[in-house]
Amino acid sequence: MTLLLMAGLLFTPLAWAVLTLLAGFRRGRGITWLGIVIQVLVSLALWAVVAGEGGFQYPLGGWQAPLGIELRVDGLAVTFVLLTALVAAASGLHAGFYLDPDKQWHRYFWPLFWFLWAGLNVVWLGNDLFNLYVGLELISLSAVGLVALGGQAEALRAAIRYLMAALLGSLAYLLGVALFYGQFGSLSLSGIAFALSHGSAQGAAGFALILMLFGLALKTALYPMHWWLPPAHGIARSPVSALLSALVVKGSFYIAARLWLELEAPLGSLALAQLLGILGSIAVFWGGWQALRQPKLKQVVAYSSVAQIGYLFLLFPLTWNTTEAVALQAQQAMTLQVISHALAKAAMFLSAGNLILSVGSNRVNALAGVSHFLPFSLFSFGLAGVSLMGLPPTGGFAAKWLFLQASLATGQWWWLVVLVGGGLLSAAYVFRVYRASFVEDSNIDHFFHPARRLEIIPMVLALLSLGLGLIAEPVLSVMALVFANGEGT
Amino acid sequence: MTPSLLYALAGAALCGIGLFGFILISHLLRKLLAFNLMGSGVFLVLVGLAQHRSGPDPVPQALVLTGIVVAIAATALAVVLIRRYYHLAGKTALDDAARETLRDQGSRQVREEPGE
Repeated sequence: MTLLLMAGLLFTPLAWAVLTLLAGFRRGRGITWLGIVIQVLVSLALWAVVAGEGGFQYPLGGWQAPLGIELRVDGLAVTFVLLTALVAAASGLHAGFYLDPDKQWHRYFWPLFWFLWAGLNVVWLGNDLFNLYVGLELISLSAVGLVALGGQAEALRAAIRYLMAALLGSLAYLLGVALFYGQFGSLSLSGIAFALSHGSAQGAAGFALILMLFGLALKTALYPMHWWLPPAHGIARSPVSALLSALVVKGSFYIAARLWLELEAPLGSLALAQLLGILGSIAVFWGGWQALRQPKLKQVVAYSSVAQIGYLFLLFPLTWNTTEAVALQAQQAMTLQVISHALAKAAMFLSAGNLILSVGSNRVNALAGVSHFLPFSLFSFGLAGVSLMGLPPTGGFAAKWLFLQASLATGQWWWLVVLVGGGLLSAAYVFRVYRASFVEDSNIDHFFHPARRLEIIPMVLALLSLGLGLIAEPVLSVMALVFANGEGT
Repeated sequence: MTPSLLYALAGAALCGIGLFGFILISHLLRKLLAFNLMGSGVFLVLVGLAQHRSGPDPVPQALVLTGIVVAIAATALAVVLIRRYYHLAGKTALDDAARETLRDQGSRQVREEPGE
């Protein structure tokens, strides 16, 4: 049973990438939708297996480490696999309606989409540092290809800038892997943690951890290394932006979090933890402030991603040298923030794409009067905004509430300022979009009305993000169960 | 000072030179070459450092092979993007970001074309 599920999860995206490469846009769309159904079912089944029986280690093809690739199927991993399936399915369906089938180069969307999905699954499940590197590169290369899909000079410029940042980040990460391997002769994350806990030299290992965290932070667009993100996410087609913001940046963050949680005790330091937390806080304020000032709608949403990513980095100070209970709370907060931001941001980018289609301009001020014509899309945008602001009962609220409790429990009250201030700034930029759309004296009198099916998908995502606060308990219980499990191995 | 350590140190030096070029050079092709130099440095470190046991360690050699494949894929993608960018914009370097956004503040056409 699990054998079939693992094969389905890892093999389908790669096989579908090759299949869609051979087909045109319309046939590729049909093939992709079939594949999406398979992937969603497999992810759900795997989640159910882990929820019932707990996590397990899975050597790929029966080959044990160090030659084989070991996969770690635990609660956090399957939670993210399921999240990826949801968001990617929504973006894939939306893209099928949204992209113009008559533009020849749009057929390449499907193979890139599937390679991206394959890379994401590898990253969520990987326990082998080098395999994680390959997964990261697969994600970056397909993401860059997707950004360049627009075809104009500006999209290419954004794609090249993104590629350069991603390559530098990967090399920093790989250098860290080389140093770890040189010292411990092992690539398995748990193996390195084991060797470290049994006392061996730490000088080079600490440097390796810093190098890897730097590379991953660059790929996650942590302030001040965020310069590549707004142009790339702003210029890409809307379903692509949704994928990039919701999932791609989370991939590198996830690796950084895994590294930190395994290795912080022997290798971390107070300065490093606080530095990452402070950079995250600056990102919250800087991203929010920039979002408030952007003239273009999608740039607003892209800068909002920079801000929301900042919250994730509060994980580092809140898990360093704290009690088990607080560390668990911070991990739960991080998981909820990743899920709620992924759902909300995908909903926001997709509905922003609808709004832009409708008024024919990507400027915020051009939205005047759109509230009459596209209330449904505007409502999805707003619902997603509510989750970003962190109002109850959304997932964003639950995440911030847990962060807040963890900060108080460790006496690090300064993070409260970030949590409250960031929420206010997000409220400000969401309301700015709303204010523009309710202006009545519009001199545009024709609005293009996108198909209803384009409007339903973002609504579903926004409602999921809204309801996440209510169903947080089962989600967290699966994730937490396995963290305890993972620490034992 | 064993020969393998010498390789690792040479790799570290190559990394440094590559990083220097990667950050300072604005011509895209030369930037890409600097990236490749840096990549070779990392591979040397990977192979050189791991040889402290008796005889060479086969695992990093396999890793480096995979790494080279990844680096070639990345380089190929970058070259395609750079060539296309050169055809469209006639430039071999990315513009200064600040100047670009200033110019963008003016009237700018729609980037999202209607899909259907």
